[in-house]
Amino acid sequence: MPPVVSPPTSLDVKADFPIFGRRFGGRELIYLDSGATSQKPAVVIDALAEHLRAHNANVHRGVYALAQEADAAYDGARRRVAAFVGASPRTTVFTKNVTEAINLVAYAWGRGSVPERPNIVPGDAVLITQLEHHANIVPWQMLCRERGAELRYLEVDERGELSLEQLDAELARGDVRLVAFAHVSNVLGTIVPVAEMCARIRAAGAVSLVDGAQAVPHMPVDVGAIGADFYAWTGHKALGPTGIGVLHGRAEAMEAMEPFLTGGDMISSVDFQTATWNELPYKFEAGTPPIAEAVGLGAAVDYLSGLGMERVRAHERALTAYMLERLAEVPGLRVVGPPEAERRGGLASFTIEGIHPHDVAELADRGGVCIRAGHHCAQPLMRCLGVGATARASVGVYNEPSDVDALVEALLAGREVFGL
Amino acid sequence: MDDLYRDYILEHYKRPHNFGELDPHDLEALEHNPLCGDELGVHIRVAGGRIEDLRFHGHGCAISQASASIASQELIGMELEEVGELDADWMIELLGIPVSATRRKCALLNLKVVRGAVTGDRAWPE
Repeated sequence: MPPVVSPPTSLDVKADFPIFGRRFGGRELIYLDSGATSQKPAVVIDALAEHLRAHNANVHRGVYALAQEADAAYDGARRRVAAFVGASPRTTVFTKNVTEAINLVAYAWGRGSVPERPNIVPGDAVLITQLEHHANIVPWQMLCRERGAELRYLEVDERGELSLEQLDAELARGDVRLVAFAHVSNVLGTIVPVAEMCARIRAAGAVSLVDGAQAVPHMPVDVGAIGADFYAWTGHKALGPTGIGVLHGRAEAMEAMEPFLTGGDMISSVDFQTATWNELPYKFEAGTPPIAEAVGLGAAVDYLSGLGMERVRAHERALTAYMLERLAEVPGLRVVGPPEAERRGGLASFTIEGIHPHDVAELADRGGVCIRAGHHCAQPLMRCLGVGATARASVGVYNEPSDVDALVEALLAGREVFGL
Repeated sequence: MDDLYRDYILEHYKRPHNFGELDPHDLEALEHNPLCGDELGVHIRVAGGRIEDLRFHGHGCAISQASASIASQELIGMELEEVGELDADWMIELLGIPVSATRRKCALLNLKVVRGAVTGDRAWPE
């Protein structure tokens, strides 16, 4: 064993997650793919099951006692989820995932359904960044194409960081109507200075949207303090179930928007030709919502609050520092993104000379270690980095230094398989 | 010995046969593996209804590069009509290693590109 440079760090919570009781060919599960999806603690699994077992009814339409329990569970979950990130329940909308949340804004804010008051007209610009996930690129490509607007990008420098000066210069051009960007890059790990960016965007009279998918599960996030017009994140990366995402918005922006999806539950009244909209947040929740999933996500944020998000961040920062140190022991390995753990979320994307990232992930699996390989739904960024793909190891609350050790051992063994 | 990364697979990966450009060429195609962003293209020269010569270009994992390299040796000299009938089993058998469901597209990318160039059929081989 090489000397441990960073202090060992552990929240000692693996036992809370039943999946770590599984064995794969006699081996423990070593899961370093929380950037893709998190594992679930028993309290989340139990809350979901208990809701379906004992409290299941549709919401917002029943008068019987069981339906009232379902209402209370769903609305209670919304209150806890909103409070977890300092938001108001009234402007906290449940969606299917982050992708749907961003599409909601691209359609409902971007297009509007009031032709005389479009938010984007020919000659306008939408500004995004080179480090975005496809979910925060393609909806804006579609909007710009449809509206005759221009899609421009903030550049990522060689350290994997954005430049506030370039943001200022872009805003000074006077045509930017909306700026959308990730809070934490899913490839580089870069923590983006979201509050500073949102303040500048607001001062320039533009609208901001932050993709918080890789931030909310891993660090304290206060959407009020960040000051974004829209902030989106997803349940399944935050120890919750799949099928539920969250969109927080500024009340004035959300009030002024037309609905996204239309149908049941989002209306106030419907006659043969027209309809009027329900109040916030229900205006943006058409059809039966993800009720059990909301209950599960409520349990997940309670669990995270119990751990304390400051502690979670401190743990993941220390573990990431340890991971960066240990990965440096692997010959030919190059990590992309900010060199300091301080500047990045809990992940490291890397390449190994002479082994394609896909094979790196396969070789890691030989050592029982789950990591991801590919373009991470960020092909434009891959082009900027000059690589087709990377391997990515990402941590969660349950990871420990021994998981990182297993990864490094697997990578060293993998180099031998390849005769390196 | 490793089941997947056998010596001959790694040998083909490190020193792939028939890689590069072929100019002039009669047929060409370029395909991506959506799973990993890999890219593989092919240039084909045709004479007398057969593949006279062929070169692959692009980047990819050991399985996709070795598959292309191994397949290239069989494809050169093959009748175009025969190329159109090649299926996934042909490639997997030729490769000679157990290919998991997740790596199947890596192994089949080269056949997809070649069939695309020869027949215009861009479907994944089955």
